[in-house]
Amino acid sequence: MQEKQLKIALVGNPNSGKSSLFNILTGLNQKTGNFPGVTVEKRTGFSKMPDQTTAQFIDLPGIYSLYPRSLDEQIVSEILLHHKSPDCPDVVVVIVDATNLKRSLLLVTQIIDLGLPTVLAMNMMDLVAKAGISFNLIALSEKLGIPVVPINARTGMGVDQLKKVLSQEVSPSTKVIFPVFDEAKSGVEELRNELGIDNNYEAYQFLQQPTSLSFLKAQERIFIDQVKEKHKFFPGKFHGAETVQRYGFIQNLLDEVTLEPANENRTSQSTRFDKILTHRIWGYAIFFGVLFLIFQSIFAWATVPMDFIDGLFASLSNYLNDVLPEGPLTSMLAQGVVPGLGGIAIFIPQIAILFAFISILEESGYMSRVVFLMDKIMRKFGLNGKSVVPLISGVACAIPAIMATRTIDNWKERTITILVTPLMSCSARLPVFTILIALIVPDKMVWHFFNLQGLALMGLYLLGFAAALISAIIIKLLINVNERSYLIMELPTYRWPKWSNVGYTIVDKTKAFVFEAGKIILAIAVVLWVLASYGPGDHMERAEEYVLQESENLRLTEQGLEDRVAAYKLEHSYAGILGKSIEPVIRPLGYDWKIGIALVTSFAAREVFVGTMATIYSIGSEEDQTTIKSRMRAEINPDTGGPRYTPAVGFSLLVFYTFAMQCMSTIAVVYRETKGWKWPMIQLVYMTMLAYVSAFIVFQSFS
Amino acid sequence: MANGRRSVAQMKPGEVAIISELEDDILSVKLMEMGCLPGATIRFNFSAPLGDPVCISVSGYELSLRLEEASTISILN
Ligand SMILES: Nc1nc2c(ncn2[C@@H]2O[C@H](COP(=O)(O)OP(=O)(O)OP(=O)(O)O)[C@@H](O)[C@H]2O)c(=O)[nH]1
Ligand SMILES: [Mg+2]
Repeated sequence: MQEKQLKIALVGNPNSGKSSLFNILTGLNQKTGNFPGVTVEKRTGFSKMPDQTTAQFIDLPGIYSLYPRSLDEQIVSEILLHHKSPDCPDVVVVIVDATNLKRSLLLVTQIIDLGLPTVLAMNMMDLVAKAGISFNLIALSEKLGIPVVPINARTGMGVDQLKKVLSQEVSPSTKVIFPVFDEAKSGVEELRNELGIDNNYEAYQFLQQPTSLSFLKAQERIFIDQVKEKHKFFPGKFHGAETVQRYGFIQNLLDEVTLEPANENRTSQSTRFDKILTHRIWGYAIFFGVLFLIFQSIFAWATVPMDFIDGLFASLSNYLNDVLPEGPLTSMLAQGVVPGLGGIAIFIPQIAILFAFISILEESGYMSRVVFLMDKIMRKFGLNGKSVVPLISGVACAIPAIMATRTIDNWKERTITILVTPLMSCSARLPVFTILIALIVPDKMVWHFFNLQGLALMGLYLLGFAAALISAIIIKLLINVNERSYLIMELPTYRWPKWSNVGYTIVDKTKAFVFEAGKIILAIAVVLWVLASYGPGDHMERAEEYVLQESENLRLTEQGLEDRVAAYKLEHSYAGILGKSIEPVIRPLGYDWKIGIALVTSFAAREVFVGTMATIYSIGSEEDQTTIKSRMRAEINPDTGGPRYTPAVGFSLLVFYTFAMQCMSTIAVVYRETKGWKWPMIQLVYMTMLAYVSAFIVFQSFS
Repeated sequence: MANGRRSVAQMKPGEVAIISELEDDILSVKLMEMGCLPGATIRFNFSAPLGDPVCISVSGYELSLRLEEASTISILN
């Protein structure tokens, strides 16, 4: 018979170290960071217990109390309050930041009153020691009636002890810290009898906040309302009174268990940093300095490894062409797959640098200060200071960024943030930007320090940011809802990043980028190669005859003839026909049918642009397998006789890719987060129009 | 002010005070959960460069609030 698997939930205040502990227990790499609200959805993992059984651990978003304020917090309240659900944990581990015990204990006392088996994990014991605090943990455990285990979730110290405690039978505390108010007693009694609830405080919570518990069925809600009416229980002042009563208990408790109170050093050191980092002038100067450093380093530091990777793939292509027997499969490999993959691999250095910076910002505690600095400005745009986190992480990828909006408790501000976040230039745009900038912006230094290409890149990111802000204002005026907005946010103390975390983030995210993008690119490269190599009618087989007919009077060299045949073939292939069919629409933007093919393939994922370029421009040119960039540079515009990628076309394309919503996954996540098709569709139409109109204006004014 | 009521929004950097009352019903439950209880000591650390929000120390940690929220916290000193 299969033994019952123990289900253990990790609950605690935001930023108390739940995900760090989860990672140590399960060996997984759940994202951590030094700001409140990193985790926004539940995640499960498994761990071997000392008695050889396997236990299931659940990492959850942070909460300050069982009364949720935002979407991520609601998930936790529902798991803890729905005792009859199969998801209800067998044991709850409450993780507290022991340097901040007073506030953390509020939640601890609430969970004890729920009557679930509970263990208290006192985290950050290294910092406790540094601050010179000491506690009597035995007394604490006795007063609360639950086991208390000191741990350090960064190093894993104490985790074995925690597991040992968990694998023994944990029973609920026999203490009741907050007996429900007399006014509620009869109502609680009736609810318990009728709905079969086995705990006073759980029933009390149903009376207090039925609307924020989505698991309650409609008839249960009606019943609860009737009970409230009948027993004249009207929540309102009770919530505050409960908090005051609990804090009274906590104050007494702390007086008894604190042996040595904190010396003020730790926070005052943070305050000293804040004097500079949130300074009137220095604060913003440093913030923009950091952003500037990121863009400069993406261009300046990444070029050497990028050139290396570029060369590597070019020679691989050549090599395959040489050793493999000639045929369609070889040319597909050498001209479709390898250049397509090379087109992505080349961006590994830049993406790694980008993620390194973002991860350091998150781990150090600086992110919360950015929220603090930007709140007043963001509010003018209908956003919230907390919108800064999604906007900044949107520079890496819009998908986690849109999920991060769950911490914004105001519906309107959250919706606006979701709508504008994809305008922030994500890492998938980086390949497109890099290649086009390299084509049209000279690689020069200005004032001996600024790399012109780096400046152009930063300009594009600023353009995306500006578009996000302006769009936010417009949407703010269009959505007519006025809900009060708050910013009551903990400012965590500064900490050194845990470098192994930074390392993991870089490797993890870069790998995900390469594999996710790689899969799509591979698939599209194959399809595209087929489309570009075959066509209707006999144009493909008899291409040479047609070309010879057309150019009878021209004295072509052998190479010239071959090129013309190749161009003729591409033009009459399925891909060519596809590109030609949308050419009338994109001609005003300065694009030809070849770029049209790239626009079509980028619809699902914008990074496919580079691979498409690689395939389109290498079909036919058997001779020199040079890199994508040089092939694009050599492309001639038959109408003008000059290069295809003039500054006008290049900038028009850059602007188009900055604004267009070319990402299926983003559409899917917006659908999930807003629970409907309305917002993702509005977003898609809006961004496409914005891209088209702006690219049109850019092209027309440059040429 | 004439009636002598002061709120956290009027404190100066470095100033310490005791919370006397939370004036806004809806906000007060949130603030109390975060440790801003009547009777608690509060220190005003600094305000953001544009004057809003502000950072205070309460219950042993640092909390940031908008001025609007800070003005609902009355103080004694
Ligand atoms: N010094 C020290 N730092 C720790 C310890 N445990 C966690 N941290 C750090 O505290 C920060 C927060 O940790 P997380 O695990 O992300 O916290 P969380 O509770 O999951 O936070 P949310 O998901 O935002 O609710 C990270 O920067 C960790 O590296 C510890 O025992 N000692
Ligand atoms: Mg977490």
